[in-house]
Amino acid sequence: MKIVVCAKQVPDTTEVKLDPKTGTLIRDGVPSIINPDDKAGIEAALQLKEKCPGSTVTVLSMGPAQADVALREALAMGCDEAILVTDRAFGGADTWATSSTIAAALKKIDYDVIITGRQAIDGDTAQVGPQIAEHLGLPQVSYAENVEIDGDCLKVQRQFEDRYHIIKVKMPCVITALAELAEPRYMTVGGIVDAYDSKEVKVWGLEDLKDTVDEANIGLKGSPTRVKQSFTKQPKAAGTVLKDLTPDEAVDAIVAKLKEKYII
Amino acid sequence: MSKNVFVIAEQRDGKIMKVSYELIGKARELANDLGQDVVAVLMGSGVEAVAGDLAKAGADKVIVVDDPILAEYVTEPYAKATTAVIKANDPEIVLFGASSIGRDLAPRVSARIHTGLTADCTKLEIDPETKLLNMTRPAFGGNIMATILCADHRPQMATVRPGVMQALESCDKVGTVEKFVVEFTPADMNVEICEVVKTDKKSVDITEAKILVAGGRGLGSAEGFAQLKDLANVLGGEVAASRAAVDSGWIEKDLQVGQTGKTVRPDLYVACGISGAIQHAAGMEESEFIVAINKEESAPIFGICDLGIVGDLNKIVPKLTEALKKVD
Repeated sequence: MKIVVCAKQVPDTTEVKLDPKTGTLIRDGVPSIINPDDKAGIEAALQLKEKCPGSTVTVLSMGPAQADVALREALAMGCDEAILVTDRAFGGADTWATSSTIAAALKKIDYDVIITGRQAIDGDTAQVGPQIAEHLGLPQVSYAENVEIDGDCLKVQRQFEDRYHIIKVKMPCVITALAELAEPRYMTVGGIVDAYDSKEVKVWGLEDLKDTVDEANIGLKGSPTRVKQSFTKQPKAAGTVLKDLTPDEAVDAIVAKLKEKYII
Repeated sequence: MSKNVFVIAEQRDGKIMKVSYELIGKARELANDLGQDVVAVLMGSGVEAVAGDLAKAGADKVIVVDDPILAEYVTEPYAKATTAVIKANDPEIVLFGASSIGRDLAPRVSARIHTGLTADCTKLEIDPETKLLNMTRPAFGGNIMATILCADHRPQMATVRPGVMQALESCDKVGTVEKFVVEFTPADMNVEICEVVKTDKKSVDITEAKILVAGGRGLGSAEGFAQLKDLANVLGGEVAASRAAVDSGWIEKDLQVGQTGKTVRPDLYVACGISGAIQHAAGMEESEFIVAINKEESAPIFGICDLGIVGDLNKIVPKLTEALKKVD
């Protein structure tokens, strides 16, 4: 079985800080990580490979040259091949143009199943997986909590707010992984050595995708949406903050306020 | 020419989800600004009977696609029906709920009809000059807000999380109900549903609660939630939690408020031992009235609350519960 995992390198958003003067994101010194849902997807792929000997796992990422680090990490976890899709022409892409570019890259490789994370923690859109599936004309099962092989099909536990479905989907197909799908393994020392010594990260630019990509559908130019403006959120005007009260005084203050607001 | 504001309504087992009414509330406002109509699209099997509820919520017209293939949500039949309705009606704007259904369906449809899609919008408004839809959403865990435009493609599409917009008061409006027939083929059902398991968690839906008593790291333990439950019971509310409390394993993830949890806007939100990091604030700052109790005077929660008490919640909360028992 040929498994491809699409993974994104993202800033660790719990570490993201804003420049108090400009209100813009400080990226310097913020650690980059493999997006958590994608990493669960990598782990799920490695587990499928273990159950189905002879399988291969290819990890593919679109991003700047630095995303090489994320791909090496995936190789060190046990992925067989890595592809970095990178080119200035791909920059500034929204989800539509990103999914068009990734789909163009996927058209150049063999796959039985494509796994993406449900969403990335920098944008939280959850759009690229389903859009890739549409561009490739494949069925999708998103919000996957569990995946099993069933002949030429996959059986996927698909999460909803109030229920789950067990869905049987014929391969080839696209699965989007929840972080709950699989707990990612750690890299081994041998794996890290292999990732840098014996395994390679293939780098594909626009030229390499010439026969599968439509240049009208990539990068900023190919993006239906544009960022008009970005800003830090205006904090709500502060209310009353009381300190040095005894617990009884605090209770009285709360009760009085709730009465005033007709909440009680 | 593209016209009207469409809302893709969501139903489960024939019951319309609250987010649909919230979307209609916002769509009404946008449509009024554009001088256009609100059209709700209801897909399902045997759902025509509830179409009128969408009109009462503010829709001028309800388009119903009723077919047995739409009984349970499956991507392809729903994507086909949604695409067919959009192609036949050429809407200016289409809104989806950012639920586990909307976030599966909307991107698939956007890719199919080649238009933009903005996820999890917290603010939608019509630009008075250009008449374009300004779609504002958080990014980077709520640290940054971005306003997105989709200028050259139609429809302009957005998803909105449950709890973010407000439904209108139900009215006596009788909208037109139009049946829309989609020719499904067996090939449209490109996956097989082997099993549907309702998880029917006993836990309540915190997005529906009018009063929430939420706990965070400052509670110190799972046992700390017991006193919050007592307080919530007296107030007639429910218990919620910050990510720190959920990650510590003190309480179930369903009750988590924030960027990676749920968005709530109750009448009263009591934050106990919650620092109020931006990721948490993103999910609750629209609450009508926020009371915060925290030992740390520097906690960011004090910057967004209406009434803040710097003090020990373990001393204050039990006394507050007792005091409220005495209030009628």
